[in-house]
Amino acid sequence: MLEVTIIYGFINSIILALIALGFSLTFGISGVSNFAYGAMYIMAGYAVWIMINLIGLPFPVAAILAVIFTALFGLALYRLVLLRVRGMVISEVIATFGVGLAILELFRYLGFTGFEYTLPVFTDGSLMIGDTYIDHQRLWIVGIGISLALGLYLFTRYTKTGLAFRGIAQDEQTALSLGINSDRVAGLSVAFGSGLAAIAAILILPRGTISVNEGYDVLINAMAVCIIGGLGSTVGVIVASFMIGYAQMITDAFSGPHWKMIVSLVAILIILLVKPSGLFGKQKELEERI
Amino acid sequence: MALHGGNVKHKRRERIDRGIKVRSDDIFALTSYREFLYVSVPPVAPVILLLALPLILPLYWQKVLITTSVFAILALSWDFLVTVGMVSLGQALFFGIGAYLAGYLDIRFALPIWTTIPLATLVGGLLSAILLLPVLRLRGVYFSMVTLVLPLMFERTIEATGWFGGTEGLTGLKSFPNIWIECYLIVIALLLVFFGLRRLVTTDYGLVLTAIKNNDRAVMSGGINIYWMKAQALFITGSIGAFCGAFMTHVYSFVGMPVFALDYSILPLASAVVGGMGTFAGSLLGAFILVPLSEALRGIGGLRTVIYAVSLVVFIVAIPEGIFHYVQRKYQQFERWAEVEN
Repeated sequence: MLEVTIIYGFINSIILALIALGFSLTFGISGVSNFAYGAMYIMAGYAVWIMINLIGLPFPVAAILAVIFTALFGLALYRLVLLRVRGMVISEVIATFGVGLAILELFRYLGFTGFEYTLPVFTDGSLMIGDTYIDHQRLWIVGIGISLALGLYLFTRYTKTGLAFRGIAQDEQTALSLGINSDRVAGLSVAFGSGLAAIAAILILPRGTISVNEGYDVLINAMAVCIIGGLGSTVGVIVASFMIGYAQMITDAFSGPHWKMIVSLVAILIILLVKPSGLFGKQKELEERI
Repeated sequence: MALHGGNVKHKRRERIDRGIKVRSDDIFALTSYREFLYVSVPPVAPVILLLALPLILPLYWQKVLITTSVFAILALSWDFLVTVGMVSLGQALFFGIGAYLAGYLDIRFALPIWTTIPLATLVGGLLSAILLLPVLRLRGVYFSMVTLVLPLMFERTIEATGWFGGTEGLTGLKSFPNIWIECYLIVIALLLVFFGLRRLVTTDYGLVLTAIKNNDRAVMSGGINIYWMKAQALFITGSIGAFCGAFMTHVYSFVGMPVFALDYSILPLASAVVGGMGTFAGSLLGAFILVPLSEALRGIGGLRTVIYAVSLVVFIVAIPEGIFHYVQRKYQQFERWAEVEN
């Protein structure tokens, strides 16, 4: 029992981190709201499903195309919607939230619900650690999740683009004066974040059926991880994922799966009460607090 | 501009107040019926229309009027919160708290309607304010995030624990004696909230609230406790939302998990944005356009939310001022092309 909780808690934490990475890259690191994040996650899932089942592409091709497609969609979202309201926080939030809502509810209206909407796993099979079964898909999730988190950490510290992402969030004026085209960088950041959402979807969705409601859950989980970890901190994302991941597993084990979702919501409220800038948040700590 | 050579005339659009507006701005200058009507028709006509509507509408559309008014009140409360600088993505929170409170008071203590609604209004406002206290110390999108999350959290909690009837909801609650009372209660409440809030933001108290949005540090340096002010604003909004919830509970004689649904969050928001934020009249107008429209389009079912969401995005990106501000401008000003001096 304990062993299962520990192992599955670990996997659950990596899943949360994977979900939150893209949101954190866009919102946390570059300071651009993307409340359509959950919708993009679900959209990527359906895109892969459509390409496999209706067009007949092989899974790897469909997966890669879906990631590219979602990233391009993110770029388009920035160019067509966000660019026009950039800097007005209220409008940014409402506009992206509206786009996400429209996508999700459109899928619901088109009838994309049911048990046939599943994605294939990468490799079939399972593994035993002690007495616990782990299927290969979860191992893939852990492997790719860890490498992506590491990649993001290095990317935001040692590449010019990554530094530019952090630059526009810290001080857009200074970034501009140092030759960073903030509109281009912000667009890239939304595109990268969307791409990461697609990767997360392709890895995680094979565990169950694709459902529209999961889009809202993904957004909430991603938000919870980012708020708790602190904006702009990759380490924060990882630590917060593990905290929420294990907390969810423990509540799941002791009081039933219904309570799982409530954990992240309660965690947000507690962290905002105790340490509003998040565990590792340094960026704009002063400007966001009053 | 000399670069392009020649005498390129550049023009810009100039807006000038109409004479009648200038003359009637000051009440002492009203000299004719025309000016009097110019001033009085815009505020008075909607009031008369609202009071007359229950009398002329058939039963089905009376029901639509009730829902529209409820959404209009929610939109007004959303607009008020924006005036103080807090953007809520979950009016359903206030609505749902009120609805469940009224239902619970009815079932548990068998109180009459005339007690449950006021009680739910006050306690609901208080609960909402307390729940959102942690977020008040933060600027930016945190408030939106938390208000988006809270209604979902309540929905899940009720589903998980089975409190307050769980997924079944509370049924068999008391209802209003007849539809006339329902109609007039909500219409009068709508007018009270509308004119009350419009009045409130022009008082000194409202001035402080607006100032918090514009420059919170300046308000703090004026020696005013902005958290306390924000908490009061939340109480006002929460009470208004809770009243709507409590009212709808007794209209349907039922309260269940749908009261925390996204509809109650997104529709008021869309109404306020489509109508135009910041004046309250815009929210009212928006609700009276969107809700009956969606009722007329009932056949398309689930596509309604998509339409709200899309109109929300289109308006916020392309026409951020909203319908009301556009109409107001046309009413008060005329435009002409004026040459720009180089």
